[in-house]
Amino acid sequence: MNKKLRSFNSPTFLAYALIAPAAIYILFIVAYPILETIRLSFTNSSLAGEDYVGFENYEKMLSSKKFNKIVTRTFVWMFFSVSLKLFIGLIGAVLLNANLKGRSMFRVLIMPPWVVPIAIGMLGWLWLYNGYFGIIAGVGMHTGILDGPFGFLAYKQSAFISTIIADVWVGTPMVTVFFLAAMQGVPKDLYEAAYCDGASKWDRFYKITLPQITPVIITMSILSAIWTFNSFEIIWILTEGGPRGATTTLIIDTYKQALGNYKFGRGAARAVVVMILLTLFAGCYLALLARINKKISHG
Amino acid sequence: MFYASLRPLDHLFRSPYQFFSDDLSFWAYREMWSTVPMLPRYIFNSFFLATTTSLITLLFVIPAAYSYARFSFPLKNSSLYILLAINMFSGAVLLIPLYKVLRTFGLLNTYQAMIVPGVAFLIPTAIWLLKSYFEKIPVDLEEAAFVDGASRVQILSHIIAPLSTPGLVVVGIYAFIGAYAQQFLFAITFNQKKEYMPIPSGLYEFIGYTTVKWNEMMAASLVGIAPVLILFIFLQKYIVEGLTSGAVKN
Repeated sequence: MNKKLRSFNSPTFLAYALIAPAAIYILFIVAYPILETIRLSFTNSSLAGEDYVGFENYEKMLSSKKFNKIVTRTFVWMFFSVSLKLFIGLIGAVLLNANLKGRSMFRVLIMPPWVVPIAIGMLGWLWLYNGYFGIIAGVGMHTGILDGPFGFLAYKQSAFISTIIADVWVGTPMVTVFFLAAMQGVPKDLYEAAYCDGASKWDRFYKITLPQITPVIITMSILSAIWTFNSFEIIWILTEGGPRGATTTLIIDTYKQALGNYKFGRGAARAVVVMILLTLFAGCYLALLARINKKISHG
Repeated sequence: MFYASLRPLDHLFRSPYQFFSDDLSFWAYREMWSTVPMLPRYIFNSFFLATTTSLITLLFVIPAAYSYARFSFPLKNSSLYILLAINMFSGAVLLIPLYKVLRTFGLLNTYQAMIVPGVAFLIPTAIWLLKSYFEKIPVDLEEAAFVDGASRVQILSHIIAPLSTPGLVVVGIYAFIGAYAQQFLFAITFNQKKEYMPIPSGLYEFIGYTTVKWNEMMAASLVGIAPVLILFIFLQKYIVEGLTSGAVKN
């Protein structure tokens, strides 16, 4: 490469200049708010004004039974939602990957939950769960499983389960698509060799497909844990965290404290907890991604 | 599962006829305009917000993505990973300071209140997506032009721009769909004014009323999302490709 070309390919100043607008924008809208949230969490900020109160918000929050319950609930909710998404996503990807007829139609069918803006999809679910007019209660009454109208979102347990189902509906297609992409990347000759050795279909899945796509399964479980943890609109539209707090997760609680009651300080303390947890998740994810990329580049 | 995923939409289509009216008509689609008088305005708002948000996003993203795709510089990889990490922070966590900032600048209850934070959360993924498109354009082309004495501006306008048009379109549409989908949170938090509400928050208001006309609500939702659905079905292949290549492989 001659000198002129080298200078063409490594103009550091130009590189930074091109990135600067995006970087400054993100610093102002994302990075600054993160720092400001941390600062606010040590104040009793509200619409009226603010005073420094030290760790009071944190002490109150951590010693309240309600908050501990919310944290536990968040993780239970996440656990069920994420495992269902992974399980259904894996089955879906296997079906899509098998050379079945009408595969392209399947692909179109998994789109709705993904493309429909979540908020609007949830308006649909609100109707499905409705006790009088909803289709689920309707079918239940028709077949005699239910002996009267049943509002799925009106009772603690059924609301908890209903929100999980809606969340799985939203999250599964993404998981399926990623699994499918991974399965299609598994070298074909592995299967051919196994087939020649007389391995059964199940063996081929269990001993070739599964180990080959394990990195993607692990990445996807962390990613969908993050998405599920962040899930706000689904619960907010369906129940606003009710009935009697049965579906209040950390995110919902943060929102309620901060923008329902305009107790910015207390909300900020919760937001900091959320950010710490998210940073842990994100750290796991990025560390994994870096390792996988290294493996790929080393062959 | 694919059947199940389709069911809600399918039910929505059938709902009015099963529970509310005997004749198989588009009655609900006519009535909804009077039940939700501001519906045309909501639809306009949704489109206006999504279009401006995605255009502004592109404006920020194009130079940055080009820089990431072509040049190597200190902190390149770590800043790319930081972008990925930003993606994981939902807007919900940062609402408090954003609310205060918007209030200080007097931007609450305006279009800007929904556009400004929206752009920030679309930038990271858009950079990753567009970067992979720029990377597909062979450097040799640019180098050849450079050796032949073309200026950077000429290279950009004569080589990069035409070759990257498909990529720009896909990223633009990704941003549009993303902007359309994320409207709800920012809209219910930063805007109380009916005339600026996008479809989701506008309709959400009506759910609170005692007698919800579900069929009309569903009809209105469907009208609101139809354009995005159609867009997506045409482009799903490209979008899926781009997304999966960004997050799993490098």
